Amino acid sequence: MKIMVTVKQVPDTSGRVAVNEDGTLNRASMQTIINPDDLNAVEEALSLKDKYGCKVVAFTMGPMQAEPMLRELLAMGVDETVLISAREFGGSDTYATSQIIAAAIDTYGIDDDDIIIAGRQAIDGDTAQVGPQIAEKLHLPQVTYAGEVKKDGNVLTVKRMLEDGYMTVKVSTPCMITCIKELNDPRYMSFRGTIECWEKPLTIMDYNALKDHELIDATTIGLKGSPTNIYKSFAPPVKEPGMILEGSGKETTDQLAHILTGKHII
Amino acid sequence: MAYNSADIAAFKNVWVFCEQRQGKMMPTTFELISEGRKLADELGVELCGILLGDDVDGIAAELGGYGADRVYVYNSPLLKNYTTDAYTKVIVDAVEEFKPEIMIYGASHIGRDLAPRCAARLHTGLCADCTHLDVDLNGYVEFLRTGSNVDVDNTNFETKMFDVNTNLKMTRPAFGGHLMATIVCPRFRPAMATVRPGVMKRRPFDEEGVKKVEIVHPDFELTEADVQTEVVEVVKAAKKLVDLIGAEYIVSVGRGIAKDVEGGIALAEELADVLGGVVGASRAVVDAGWMTADHQVGQTGKTVHPKVYIALGISGAIQHKAGMQESEYIIAVNKDENAPMFEIANYGIVGDLFKVVPLLIQSIKDAKAEA
Ligand SMILES: Cc1cc2nc3c(=O)[nH]c(=O)nc-3n(C[C@H](O)[C@H](O)[C@H](O)COP(=O)(O)OP(=O)(O)OC[C@H]3O[C@@H](n4cnc5c(N)ncnc54)[C@H](O)[C@@H]3O)c2cc1C
Ligand SMILES: Cc1cc2nc3c(=O)[nH]c(=O)nc-3n(C[C@H](O)[C@H](O)[C@H](O)COP(=O)(O)OP(=O)(O)OC[C@H]3O[C@@H](n4cnc5c(N)ncnc54)[C@H](O)[C@@H]3O)c2cc1C
Repeated sequence: MKIMVTVKQVPDTSGRVAVNEDGTLNRASMQTIINPDDLNAVEEALSLKDKYGCKVVAFTMGPMQAEPMLRELLAMGVDETVLISAREFGGSDTYATSQIIAAAIDTYGIDDDDIIIAGRQAIDGDTAQVGPQIAEKLHLPQVTYAGEVKKDGNVLTVKRMLEDGYMTVKVSTPCMITCIKELNDPRYMSFRGTIECWEKPLTIMDYNALKDHELIDATTIGLKGSPTNIYKSFAPPVKEPGMILEGSGKETTDQLAHILTGKHII
Repeated sequence: MAYNSADIAAFKNVWVFCEQRQGKMMPTTFELISEGRKLADELGVELCGILLGDDVDGIAAELGGYGADRVYVYNSPLLKNYTTDAYTKVIVDAVEEFKPEIMIYGASHIGRDLAPRCAARLHTGLCADCTHLDVDLNGYVEFLRTGSNVDVDNTNFETKMFDVNTNLKMTRPAFGGHLMATIVCPRFRPAMATVRPGVMKRRPFDEEGVKKVEIVHPDFELTEADVQTEVVEVVKAAKKLVDLIGAEYIVSVGRGIAKDVEGGIALAEELADVLGGVVGASRAVVDAGWMTADHQVGQTGKTVHPKVYIALGISGAIQHKAGMQESEYIIAVNKDENAPMFEIANYGIVGDLFKVVPLLIQSIKDAKAEA
C-alpha cells in the first residue's frame, strides 16, 4: 500500500497580483507557495502513513525550480518525490496535464491497495479539473470534495461535500480522492525532517522517461496537444470611482437614502 | 491519433446538462437553459437539455419555459443519486450518439466532478467556471468594451487558427479573480464549459415553451457493473440555507462586527429586512464561526449579483470582491477610508458601522415612506 499525492507549486494569489500590459501575469512579482488544497492532500496521506506505515510519494509537474518545494514535502514526512519536467510538457491545459501526470503515476506503478490524493483546486488555474481527469486517464473511480475519509481494509468511506449538505460514498482502492481544506489541518515540517529531507529520493521524470507510455503522444501533450487554447487574457474592469459621502451622521444617511430612492435603486 | 471529437462538422446543437437533486431541478439549470438559448440563437441551432435521474419526466417540460427545444431524459434507478461513473457513461454515450457542438454544465460540486471526467473521455476541451459565454464576435467585443481593460478598437480579434465567428468564446476568472481569460476549443467538439452558478440571467418564463418542448427517451445501456462507487446516504443540511444567489438585496458583514458580533448581525438583519433582502458574510466571519458557511460570499463562497450589495465592515479583499463585484450597486460602510472596498463602491460612508447602520435604517424607512 502506498499513497500518491499530486502537488502543484503556485504563485501566491492572496496578496496583490500584478498583471502585465499584455494581459499575462507578472509572475516575478509573486512568491511561490505549495497549493493550499495540496497541503491538505499531503496531510491526509501522512496521517494514513502514521496509522498504516505506508509509503507516501508526491508527484509534481512543473519547472526544475519546483525542487525546493519537493524538499519541503520530504521534510513534512513524504518519503519520495517525483518531479515531472520537460519542455515538451509546457503550455499544457488540464487535459494534457492530466495525461502526463497519469502517465507518470502509471509508470511509477499503481498497486491494488493504493490511494491517489489530489487537491480539489489549484489557486492559479483555478479549474479543479486535473484530479478527475487523472482518474479518468487511469480508469480509476474518483470521489471529489472529500471532507472526511475513513479507511476499512481496501474500502474508503468518504464524506463528499455538496453545497446543500453531503453524500457518503464508498469506494474501493485503487482510487482518486480530491480534498478540500475542511478535511484536516496540515502539519509543519519537523526539525528532523528538515535534515532528513536531503537523504530522501527526488526522482526526475523527463520526456524520455515517459515518451513510450501509451498516454504520451505529441497530439495529447503540451501546448499543441491541448484541446483548449487561451484566446485573450485581460485584467478585470476597474469600476468607475464611486462617491464617498461626507460625514457619517444622520444627514449623510439621509442623503444616501434619498439618492437610492431617487434613482429607484430601492 | 484520430478522435471522433475532431470531426467538427459532424457536431450540431447546444446542450445543457440539467442537474437535479432528489428529483428537484437545481435553480442553476434554468440560468443555463436561458444562456444556452442565446448561444443556440447565435448559431441558428436547437437547444437541448439532457436530464438524468430516476422517474424525472415530471420536471422536464418546465425547461421548455426557459427556451429548451428538446429534452433528452434518461431514467434509471442507477441514476437516482449522482455517481461519477453512471452519469459520465450515459452522457458520453449520448454525446457520441447525438453529437452536440457545445455542452454546458453548472459549476456546482456535481458539475465540476462530472464535466472534467466527460471531457477527458471524449477527448475534448473544458473551460472551468465561466462567467461569460459568446458565439457572436460582436457580442464578445461589446462585452470586452465594458467588461475589461482591453482597448477593443485597437485590438485584432481575427486569427488564422480558427473561425472566430462560430467558435464558443468562454470567459472565466483565474488567479483568484486577478486575471480574466477567454478560452476556446477550436479543434474538438463538443466545446464544453462549466458555468458559475448565479451569473447567467434567467429569462422570463414562457408558458408556450412548456407546451412546445419535445421530450425524448433515447435507448441507453447502464448496468450496476458500470458503477464503481456506492452512495450510502445523501444528507441535506438541516438548517434552511440562505438564498444569496436569488437575492435582490444583500447586506453582508465582515470582521468589522467583531466588537459586538450579535449586535452587528442583528443590525445587518434589520437593514436587510427593511430592504427585503438577506444577510451575507465575508470568509473572516464564517471562519470565526459567527455565521454558517452558506452565508459566505467570494471566491470560495457564493458569487452574487444583486441589485444592491451593502458591505458592512468588510475590507474588500480580492477573494471577497470576486464574489460580489458584479452587483449592480455597491454600498460600503467602513471605518477605514482606505479600505479597498471603497474602490469598487458606488457609495461609501466612512464611519463606525454600529453608529451608521441604525441611522441608515431610519433614513431608509423615512425615505421609503416619502417616496
Ligand atoms: C488564465 C488561465 C486560464 C486557464 N483556463 C483553463 C481552462 O478553462 N481549461 C483548461 O483545460 N485549462 C485551463 N488553463 C490551463 C490550466 O491552468 C493548466 O493546465 C494547469 O496546469 C492545471 O490546471 P489548474 O491549475 O486549474 O489545476 P486544478 O485542476 O485546479 O488542480 C487540481 C489538483 O490537481 C493537481 N495538480 C494540478 N496541476 C498539477 C501539477 N502541475 N503538478 C502536480 N499536481 C497538479 C493538484 O493536486 C491540484 O490541487 C488555464 C490557464 C490559465 C493561465
Ligand atoms: C484562497 C483564498 C480564498 C478566499 N476566499 C474568500 C471568500 O470566498 N470570501 C471572503 O470573504 N474571503 C475569502 N478569502 C479571505 C480574504 O482574503 C479576506 O481575508 C477576507 O475577505 C477578509 O474578511 P473581512 O473583510 O471581513 O475582514 P478584514 O479584512 O479583517 O476587514 C475588516 C474590515 O472592517 C473594518 N472595520 C472594523 N471595525 C469596524 C467598525 N466598527 N465599523 C466599520 N468598519 C469596521 C476594518 O476597517 C476592515 O476594513 C479567501 C482567501 C484565500 C487565500
